[in-house]
Amino acid sequence: MSRLVVERCAPGVSVQDGGRTGWRRYGVSTAGAMDRLALAVANVLVGNGPDCAAVEVTLAGARFRVAEGPVLVAVGGPGAVLSVDGLKIPQGASARADTGQMVEISAILGGVYGYLAVAGGIALPPEMGSRSAHLRSGIGGGLLTPGDNLPVGRGALTPRAMDQIPAHTSGAIRCIPGPQEDWFAADALDLLVAADWQIDMRSDRMGRFLVGPRLAPDERSMVSDGVLPGSIQVPPAGQPIILMRDCQTTGGYPKLATVISADLDRLAQLPAGANFRLALVERADAVAAAQRLAHTIAGLVAHPSGRIDSRRLLSANLIDGMVDATADPFSV
Amino acid sequence: MRRGAGGLGRAYMTGPRILACGDAAISVDFGNVIDLAVNARVMALDRALAAEPVPGVVETVPTYSALLVHFDPLTTDYAALCARVLALARGDRAQLAPARRWKVPVAYGGDLGADLDDLAAYAGMTPAACVEAHIAPVYTVMMIGFMPGFSYLGGLDPGLARPRRATPRPRVPASSVSIGGAQTAVGSVEGPSGWHLVGRTPALVFDRTREPAFLFEAGDEIVFSPISTGEWHRLSVLAGDGAMIVERIA
Repeated sequence: MSRLVVERCAPGVSVQDGGRTGWRRYGVSTAGAMDRLALAVANVLVGNGPDCAAVEVTLAGARFRVAEGPVLVAVGGPGAVLSVDGLKIPQGASARADTGQMVEISAILGGVYGYLAVAGGIALPPEMGSRSAHLRSGIGGGLLTPGDNLPVGRGALTPRAMDQIPAHTSGAIRCIPGPQEDWFAADALDLLVAADWQIDMRSDRMGRFLVGPRLAPDERSMVSDGVLPGSIQVPPAGQPIILMRDCQTTGGYPKLATVISADLDRLAQLPAGANFRLALVERADAVAAAQRLAHTIAGLVAHPSGRIDSRRLLSANLIDGMVDATADPFSV
Repeated sequence: MRRGAGGLGRAYMTGPRILACGDAAISVDFGNVIDLAVNARVMALDRALAAEPVPGVVETVPTYSALLVHFDPLTTDYAALCARVLALARGDRAQLAPARRWKVPVAYGGDLGADLDDLAAYAGMTPAACVEAHIAPVYTVMMIGFMPGFSYLGGLDPGLARPRRATPRPRVPASSVSIGGAQTAVGSVEGPSGWHLVGRTPALVFDRTREPAFLFEAGDEIVFSPISTGEWHRLSVLAGDGAMIVERIA
């Protein structure tokens, strides 16, 4: 069986797939890739299904040695830079790597999370229906460290390329009021959408901590209820936390609003210090956005590289629509 | 307008409210209370939805006084889901299956329940009286959350209530039995906690290698049975080999 070995990795690198469902009633988080679209892009480039297990890499990158090859690798994520033995692989293309070669994601220039996909997928044994590592509980594994072995499943080794890499939408992060908007002052939702928010350093796979105006909820004690990725919960001190993929299943803080499912990927890619705004939308808008994202993922196609000439590959790179997440988030 | 305070009375009279949680979940809210009768309504709705699944629903999470319903926004008829939920919440609950009841051994005090003496002093009773008060009720698992398998129990003697520690411990052992505010809980895996540790069960509430992986479901009943430290060690070895340790008594 093909195998990668972790040579170097920054903190925060883990195996993730489409996430774990059906166990939340027992307190088991879904986990799963912080950016599902980027995961899907990387997977499709190596011929995998969009939710297949890959390595989620954070800002500072990671390096892997092909202990048993050959393997076919590709990267997804805004501005993620992939190389094989130092030779840069263009975004939107996959490449073969043979036994002994080094595969490296050296940086993620336009975001926080990048994905190293391998044809056949990372073949660690699934736990409770998923290979996603939930870092707090250890279900599905934990953070990767140098020396870790990553078995690779069986997959075709035909290099592929994508005509156009889909971009995240731009503009404000969209949310729907509730479930506990009535625990806040009448102007709290106005403040939520009027404020310039900044992503705090403490943000991780569990939540994005926001810096901005105080949104203190009512002082009454709330009975714990269910929470989910996207919940904008506000502890008594008044600084909101947007829960992300590794969030707990229940929580005791009032939730002023909920980020729509289609905007979670984009939110995950905002680095610490980035400024952004929130906007309220109707349910119909949120469902339409979810439909567009699903359509984009279902429509991802990567052709065997032999079928497209180098000129086309070059132009594909030029029209690469990846948005720099550090750019002005108010642009439309 | 303050709907959040809800009011137990109104929830009883008019049925639950449906609160939007983004585009992929709704919270069916029966009122902001910790109350066994309200919790039973949550459990009844959860079972009714499981018995008559609504297309698109992915999973449900029952909590103290609300049911979170996760669904796929692309395949769910939202209006039909809300209508079905409200209809089921008003439905006849007579056919509910009786709750499962478990006898759960617990070693109280000493190294396995480091805060028992402190809690007894706070409550103005002896540690032995604390244990007596803690094993007296039939508890109900009102909710599972926080960590995999962490079971929040309803029914604690109010005389044992104590606010959480000002500074949570960063790591509390797996299978701790603890008190936080007016609640008691059986922990599962190691994790941070500000609750007061009164004892520990040798049973593994969550064991990923065992079938079933989780001992308890929300809605189950639990009675605690005191054991010695020596017995705790003996049973812990068996639990490590996959034994359930808890005994179903109803």
